[in-house]
Amino acid sequence: MLRFLLHRMLFALLVMWLVATSVFVLLRLSPGPVERVIAGPRASAETLAQIHHNLGLDQPVLTQYGAFLGGLAHGDLGYSYVNGTAVTALIGDRLPTTLCLVLGAAVLCFAGGVATGVLSAIRPHGRFDRISTGLVLVGLSTPSFLLALVLLQVFVGRAGELGLTFFEAGPPLQENFLRRMILPWVGLAFLMVAAYTRLTRGSMLEVLGADYVRTARAKGLPERRVTCAHALRSALSPVVAQFGVDVGVLIGSTIVTEQVFGLQGIGQLVYHSISVGDTPVIIGVTMLASLCVVAANLAVDVVHSFLDPRLRPD
Amino acid sequence: MISIRSRRGGPTAGAGWEPVPGNDAARLAWARLRRDRSAAVSIALIALIALIALAAPLLAAGTGHAYDGTYPDSGLDTAGQPVGPGREFWLGADQLGRDVLVRASYGARISLVVGVGATALATLLGVATGLAAGFLGGVADSVLARSMDVVLSLPYLLIAAVLATSFQLGSVPASVALTILTIGVFSFASIGRVVRAKVRSLREEEFVTAARALGAGRLRIMCVELVPNLVTEITVLASMMLPAAIMFEATMSFLGIGVRPPMPSWGSMLGESGEVFTTAWWLLAVPGTLLLLTTLSCVLLGDGIRRALAPRDHLAGSGR
Repeated sequence: MLRFLLHRMLFALLVMWLVATSVFVLLRLSPGPVERVIAGPRASAETLAQIHHNLGLDQPVLTQYGAFLGGLAHGDLGYSYVNGTAVTALIGDRLPTTLCLVLGAAVLCFAGGVATGVLSAIRPHGRFDRISTGLVLVGLSTPSFLLALVLLQVFVGRAGELGLTFFEAGPPLQENFLRRMILPWVGLAFLMVAAYTRLTRGSMLEVLGADYVRTARAKGLPERRVTCAHALRSALSPVVAQFGVDVGVLIGSTIVTEQVFGLQGIGQLVYHSISVGDTPVIIGVTMLASLCVVAANLAVDVVHSFLDPRLRPD
Repeated sequence: MISIRSRRGGPTAGAGWEPVPGNDAARLAWARLRRDRSAAVSIALIALIALIALAAPLLAAGTGHAYDGTYPDSGLDTAGQPVGPGREFWLGADQLGRDVLVRASYGARISLVVGVGATALATLLGVATGLAAGFLGGVADSVLARSMDVVLSLPYLLIAAVLATSFQLGSVPASVALTILTIGVFSFASIGRVVRAKVRSLREEEFVTAARALGAGRLRIMCVELVPNLVTEITVLASMMLPAAIMFEATMSFLGIGVRPPMPSWGSMLGESGEVFTTAWWLLAVPGTLLLLTTLSCVLLGDGIRRALAPRDHLAGSGR
């Protein structure tokens, strides 16, 4: 197990290095008016040259690259071009909001998807299954920004006229936590709930037809125990594997959700930074998101090997 | 169970083999697809959307409104609010006094062009990578398979944003091309993984050994022997990729990192008018409905194609 973990961690490091290098090549070396972003449109040529020197942009590319990697290794993400704040501090301010959003949506799509999928698979082509299959098709074809816009329109616009409050803008970690988060969670998770329902249903149907499930039934086990203890455990294996892939999708999609609902999270930070060309913040957020994805994949690998002992390394 | 493989690798394969009428895999699949009511409806809807896209210049001529033209005198009321659907603006005007109908019909072009283009690119890349990884094996396989895993798990929307910033493309065609490229590169891995798995099992089949015994090179085996056996998988995967690509484009344009103005896209139409939805419902309803109808019919069609080609197959559960 230790060797397996070590192997995966080395691979994770490799991925992080690749992401860092590509981001460096794309953003640091692209000919953008970096000095203008810092000094503003009316700065003099000397100021621009001074900034150019201060940023180390006049040094050889390899030296710049070395300094960049060294900074990353120390957790130093540099300073914002726009207001000079440390990128780590900017991210730290926004992190709680985004964590709330992503964790809540992850729980919602995993629990919701698995529950609906299992219930559909118990009675295939029954009434519940047919309704949920229809909803799954709608869910799979609704982009999350469109759903979020409609939710806002219905639950804030129309319901607001009726004097009902379903949503409050603002930082989530204060009073009315649920009221601030439920609509963003639904908006972010709906498409994935649909995908997980479909995946769980298919995998559950396959497992429920297996010989060992028939054996369990023949032994006289109650149906609930057959479904929950015997079938679900192996049916979950592909679902967990898919979840590892989707963590990145979920993190990427926070840009949209935070934008629509006006949540002051990391997604909005990076969206704003992109529009003003604040490269260090963009790089910092990209690195953090990739780190989360890599860590989540590591965790999923471990969980997966518990669910399916065959995947455990010898 | 009908499989395309029987055409090539089965014991009947040979010089004098003629397909039995009505027993051809593609024809059977087509017959099944035609009987599928939801697939028929979705084909009709997609045809309708394509018609709207084709008719865009006609609509512009008929209304006298260009897609990037602003008509503040007729399109905005005295309070500066956009006017609703009426004689002058059939589906209303937006907050700059532009014609929503004309813009939405040009948006249909963008959606279809980017959707089909990105799907084609992703399929091409995915099949090439999957073939190479699955057939060559060894180091090539580990590197390719690992990189597909990485591409699948990256936060793609974030990286798409980084790409769009670093290239800063000004012109419309360049931004369309970059959008297609971005979507293709971030989507090929899901196709590549399935193709790789299929090729790994096909590689052990006797017809591959036979081809090798006849002196066929690796490239020939991959392109001439293996690809025809992958047609089912490729068709199903590509048809499931299409709605995802259309949604990806809409999301990118919504965030302003996709297709550039002045060219309208359903995503950018929704993104630009977010503030006035409460007073001007048509700004949400028109592009939103068109987008949802397009993706929904593509998902339904993809489902129909999957049912027709692979009635009970490993492809059944892999919807994303």
